[in-house]
Amino acid sequence: MTATKMTSLKMKKIIVLGATSGIALEVQRQLAHRGCELLLVARSQERLADLNADLSLRGAKAVLTHSADLASVQQHAGIFEFVRRNCPDFDTVLLAYGSMHDQKESEMSVDILLNELQTNFVSASAILTLFAADLERRRTGCLAAITSVAGDRGRRSNYVYGSAKGALSLFLQGLRSRLHPAGVRVITIKPGPVQTPMTDHLPNAARFADPERVARDIVRVLQRRSPDVLYTPKVWRYVMSGVRHIPETVFKRLSF
Amino acid sequence: MSSQTAASLCKRLVVPSPTTRMFSWGCYPKTAHLHIHKPAWNDQLPAILQAAAPGSLLPYGMGRSYGDSCLNAGRELIDCRRLNRFLGFDEATGILRCESGISLSEIVDVFLPKGWFLPVTPGTGFVTVGGAIANDVHGKNHHCAGTFGTHISQIALHRSNDGLVACNTEYNTDMLHATIGGLGLTGVIAWADIQLKRVAGPWIDAESIPFHSLSAFLDLSRESNDRFEYTVAWLDCFAGKDLRGIFFRGNHAADESKTFHPKRGPKLPFALPGWALNRYSVKAFNAAYYKIHAARAKKGTAVVPYDSFFYPLDSVRQWNLIYGRQGFLQYQCVIPETNIAAFEELLDRIARSGMGSFLGVVKQFGSIPPAGMLSFPRPGLTIALDFAMRGERTLKLMQSLDDVVLQSGGALYPAKDARMSPAMFEASYPHWRSFVPYIDPKMSSSFWRRVTEAQAQ
Repeated sequence: MTATKMTSLKMKKIIVLGATSGIALEVQRQLAHRGCELLLVARSQERLADLNADLSLRGAKAVLTHSADLASVQQHAGIFEFVRRNCPDFDTVLLAYGSMHDQKESEMSVDILLNELQTNFVSASAILTLFAADLERRRTGCLAAITSVAGDRGRRSNYVYGSAKGALSLFLQGLRSRLHPAGVRVITIKPGPVQTPMTDHLPNAARFADPERVARDIVRVLQRRSPDVLYTPKVWRYVMSGVRHIPETVFKRLSF
Repeated sequence: MSSQTAASLCKRLVVPSPTTRMFSWGCYPKTAHLHIHKPAWNDQLPAILQAAAPGSLLPYGMGRSYGDSCLNAGRELIDCRRLNRFLGFDEATGILRCESGISLSEIVDVFLPKGWFLPVTPGTGFVTVGGAIANDVHGKNHHCAGTFGTHISQIALHRSNDGLVACNTEYNTDMLHATIGGLGLTGVIAWADIQLKRVAGPWIDAESIPFHSLSAFLDLSRESNDRFEYTVAWLDCFAGKDLRGIFFRGNHAADESKTFHPKRGPKLPFALPGWALNRYSVKAFNAAYYKIHAARAKKGTAVVPYDSFFYPLDSVRQWNLIYGRQGFLQYQCVIPETNIAAFEELLDRIARSGMGSFLGVVKQFGSIPPAGMLSFPRPGLTIALDFAMRGERTLKLMQSLDDVVLQSGGALYPAKDARMSPAMFEASYPHWRSFVPYIDPKMSSSFWRRVTEAQAQ
């Protein structure tokens, strides 16, 4: 039954932007197991080569890799050109890259702050715009991007990362509405803290969600028609609904 | 006021995490580590090795060693679980190249449907390739296939002083043999080439045969070892004089009439209280276990899925928690076959203590020489038995078992050990000093310091 659902939603040729990120690694494995075709974009050529071998052995029908720095908008045209030449009939794009710099350092250095916004928001919205135009023209497919629960409310301990991810969530909201008439899906994925290299340095990292479980949720939402916004693990939908409703006068006094 | 309460509530919810606490399977000893490195890519390892102080690191896989050979108390660990990629597979030869943090069960999941299986597998699939090499693990086919390390044709090893070193049967052969069974002390394995073997499918033709004496077990074992690829026995260590056990033997089967559905078993959610396992509950369990298998024996050969044959305990995840928070110790020794009297003495002492548990496993090792310098398997009878940790009492019993093993010319298994004395280690591995030059200067472990430091001084 899952198989027929998958065919109807055409999740077969998937582009992963940021293929070496912790969550993407798990998602790709599960997609490979389902026999999907993958086009992976990330910086390191060597890591992409290792991934290619791994995912092919795990059952991916085909794996293509392209090495580029996604945070650099100048390189986006090259990436898009590579996709158009090698996988013109892709049906799903998953944006999975991001960066979380130490909050304190981002407060002290404008360079670091701008870098965070550039990676997590500016470059992400730029490349999504390229792919959105293509899918809108073909009137098919799905755009999914990993933002964060940190984007639902600006917090003292993490507002730089949070504001960039929050901006991306807003961008996706608008994009979803724009692409709806064309039948293109836009999915906002908001994971809670997950055990990945990005979060290893944080306190409590051992209690964070298992990336395999988060990836399972993501793969499932890629196959279905709803929801538009995925909280994973699911408990974060309720937690954040509470957090969003705390009055600002109270919230500004909270130190978390 | 209300916001302050909310703030303090939030603080209370965020409990300090046990990020640096890593356990071994026996949950004893309990250790804290200074830092856990979690590399996700092989290219990150040189920097970790460079930055470390001498003797401060140890690679860690899934923590299935029972004692302290996978721990590095007060120092650092390199958690290798994220290094879990397949790097290549040669259909023609069956050689798989994979990173060291991949688990044996992941290999089986991917390659069994393609008709390939592990050349040697221990009693759990939840060990990493790196761990299987570092402990040169053995399985039910030791009499015909040797140890896991026998089937490793090549490895690449991150060394702190000379970078990434390829070791195979032509270059750096010494380093290959030192790393196999080398307890993770020779460096971090980047990848390994494993010779997989062709099998007909996921099924095993299995037989269970009850026996009532050690000589009956030996007859069964000798008779079966020529005809069966896999042999092992379960022993009721509570039965004392009226010894009883079940002998299991099997071969890979070509049964295409059934379809195989992998199952994911339940998980023990928390540690049981210490008193849950006592001589009465264990006796009852053993009697039931014996009855079930003796009844099955009457039906002759059964076709069973590979996982229930090789990994019966994997069906309950975290089964180690049944021993409670205090944890448990496993005792595994090998005793030369010429010294059966010593083996009987060992069983007698265990039965008299009344402390044995339900997992008594016996196997006759074959004569294939192991691939590693410090490998445990050698010709003889090996027994593995769990003991709930009850403090001094448990340690004393194990010491008295040591005396028997020592006199018989036997040896203990480091992967299962949390307490053997330096003298016992010396007796088990008399040539350990020739292994020392291969140790990476940045590596050390709780086990290694415990069994060698007194002698080095």
